[in-house]
Amino acid sequence: MKLSDSPHPQAIANSTEMLSGAEIVCRVLKAEGVEFLFGYPGGAVLVIYDEIYKQKAFSHILVRHEQAALHAADAYARATGRPGVALVTSGPGVTNAVTGIATAYMDSIPMVVITGQVPTHAIGQDAFQECDTVGITRPCVKHNFLVKDVADLAETLKKAFYIATTGRPGPVLVDIPKDVSAAKTPYHYPATVEMRSYRPVTKGHAGQIKKAMQMLLGAERPMIYVGGGAVLGNASEQVTELVRLLGYPCTNTLMGLGAYPASDRQFVGMLGMHGTVEANMAMQNSDVLLAIGARFDDRVIGNPTHFAAGNPTRKIVHIDIDPSSISKRVKVDVPIVGNIKDVLIELIAQLKAAEQKPNGKAIGAWWKQIEEWRSKDCLKYKKGGDIIKPQYVVEKLWEVTKGDAYVTSDVGQHQMWAAQYYRFEKPRRWINSGGLGTMGVGLPYAMGCKFAFPDADVACITGEGSIQMNIQELSTCKQYQLPIKVILLNNRYLGMVRQWQQFFHGDRHSESYMDALPDFKKLAEAYGHVGMDIEKPSDVEGALKDAFAMKDRLVFMNFITDQKENVFPMVPGGKGISEMILAEDL
Amino acid sequence: MRHILSILIENEAGALSRVAGLFSARGYNIESLTVAPTEDATLSRMTIVTSGSDEVVEQITKQVNKLVDVVKIVDLNEGKHVERELMLVKVRAVGKDRDELKRTADIFRARVIDLTEKTYVIELTGTGNKLDAFLEALDRSLILETVRTGACGLGRGEWIIKA
Repeated sequence: MKLSDSPHPQAIANSTEMLSGAEIVCRVLKAEGVEFLFGYPGGAVLVIYDEIYKQKAFSHILVRHEQAALHAADAYARATGRPGVALVTSGPGVTNAVTGIATAYMDSIPMVVITGQVPTHAIGQDAFQECDTVGITRPCVKHNFLVKDVADLAETLKKAFYIATTGRPGPVLVDIPKDVSAAKTPYHYPATVEMRSYRPVTKGHAGQIKKAMQMLLGAERPMIYVGGGAVLGNASEQVTELVRLLGYPCTNTLMGLGAYPASDRQFVGMLGMHGTVEANMAMQNSDVLLAIGARFDDRVIGNPTHFAAGNPTRKIVHIDIDPSSISKRVKVDVPIVGNIKDVLIELIAQLKAAEQKPNGKAIGAWWKQIEEWRSKDCLKYKKGGDIIKPQYVVEKLWEVTKGDAYVTSDVGQHQMWAAQYYRFEKPRRWINSGGLGTMGVGLPYAMGCKFAFPDADVACITGEGSIQMNIQELSTCKQYQLPIKVILLNNRYLGMVRQWQQFFHGDRHSESYMDALPDFKKLAEAYGHVGMDIEKPSDVEGALKDAFAMKDRLVFMNFITDQKENVFPMVPGGKGISEMILAEDL
Repeated sequence: MRHILSILIENEAGALSRVAGLFSARGYNIESLTVAPTEDATLSRMTIVTSGSDEVVEQITKQVNKLVDVVKIVDLNEGKHVERELMLVKVRAVGKDRDELKRTADIFRARVIDLTEKTYVIELTGTGNKLDAFLEALDRSLILETVRTGACGLGRGEWIIKA
């Protein structure tokens, strides 16, 4: 690594100062503009915590379990686009954090994770609270470092922020032994770093973009498929412009929701395992497919052989910042590696300059076909009756919050209903664990959003299984007065497991039933919050309005919902995406 | 198909385990792996022999390249290259076998680098095929132990892989 030739003026001024490793950590976080540090103290990080006590540049948020610190930092990053930062101690602090790190890694979320380590002389001695942090986390970080010399600390932290936030983002971990956080060194924080081994591509190849443009203009059954990369790359505006310019249908993946506004007629809904008929059918039957920041995940295209063999003449253009995402599961015809936003700006400019226009007649016929698929109204569900339908709660939540809330979810049926029925208009509003599918993220995710946007409505849609995986964070919410609204869709089942058991395992509900659930209303009250039990459909809207009117209170809403409701449409595992089961089929 | 991948990587603690871990995590084959620092002590050069379809090897190359410590990766199969492997073989060398072993070694341009009254240690370099052929030429019952480094290679002529 070479330090920049022209260091930041501030850095020169600081260069004579002797600082401890712990002081350096605090200085660096300040220099990086970190607002919140989510963490939990312990022996190996005591020196760092002592410096945190003495500073005012950022707020430390004390969680109740390290996993939640990572999730909250992760959500802060998802909601703001700025890196989330977490601090945990060695050994169990790290192992508790691993789920949070892996969750962020799977969804390419920029984070810097600082971990304490036993003193350098004790490493490898099976010391108290020692674990091989760099070894344990290696497969689930973008990169990690063990800092053995305090003289390397500032540069290493700079590299960590640089790596986490550039290219395809991801979590970067810096492991700091206790003696390194105590040792002193002259402080110099480089303004930039350059690494010969890490030079992410940014600019897309102009020739490839031209090929893509020509392919798109020649399309008769085009489809634009937008993933989480468009959200991470802040390219929502360009995606919207491109889709409208071409007049082609657009679908978003679970991670891409909000990248294109759901209310727009050209939006055909989410695709994939629980995608709409119109999205999945258009995806399968398209002749030119433009993939933007998406990775042809198994939950999105189902069986890749079926996807490819079912339509062998389909041409695929794929824009992605990560070369390894291209042709990983599906062979791509025109790969464009680069920063999505810049590539789209160039593509839009080329389209505007082109003499050729989209094939209006063919596109008209294609839309007619899509409207026919859309007319199946695959998301309709039985309303009325005296039992609350979970979909209805999400629809009412959308109404009450005017579609403008930050919505987090856990993992399972409620997650899919949230994705299907809360129609996201803007990027970074839908915060969920798409890749790893981590139950327990919902509440800490809501915390991260609320810290980032204290005046915004933040709703956590959850299930009674997931919420209990990090329910202790209700205590953190009390400490920091976080007026989150918890929307518990309580069906007394691990619903998605039950649904699969019903479809594929002879309806044998092996361990998918939750006996002895707590009284959630009282539990919320015990933590100092407002609890509500809602059992009748007619009470849903009023309860939501009441809850969101309580601007300064966390309200835990326990909706007793239909136990037997299933998520439709559904593509069974291993099937092609056009092989959907619809509610009406059963 | 067999591919020989040449990797320049930062000479830092844990760099090897990042590469080896990637291969195991993604289910890629490693037939052999050799690594040592280069003339520039900040860099190590690693040679991995792997096998897989073109698509798999392309993915391997991309995934390895994505590792932050990796400066460069080149598939030597993309051009003309030379490759060599070193093998040491300890054999039981007594009586009439002693001369016979020496003659066989000479034919393969191998060298005896250690000898006792009862044993030879024979050194041989070459491609993997040559090393295999040498072992086949020996009387199996005389082989006491063998050790091989795995292949390393360089592009021919002006094809240079530098940081």
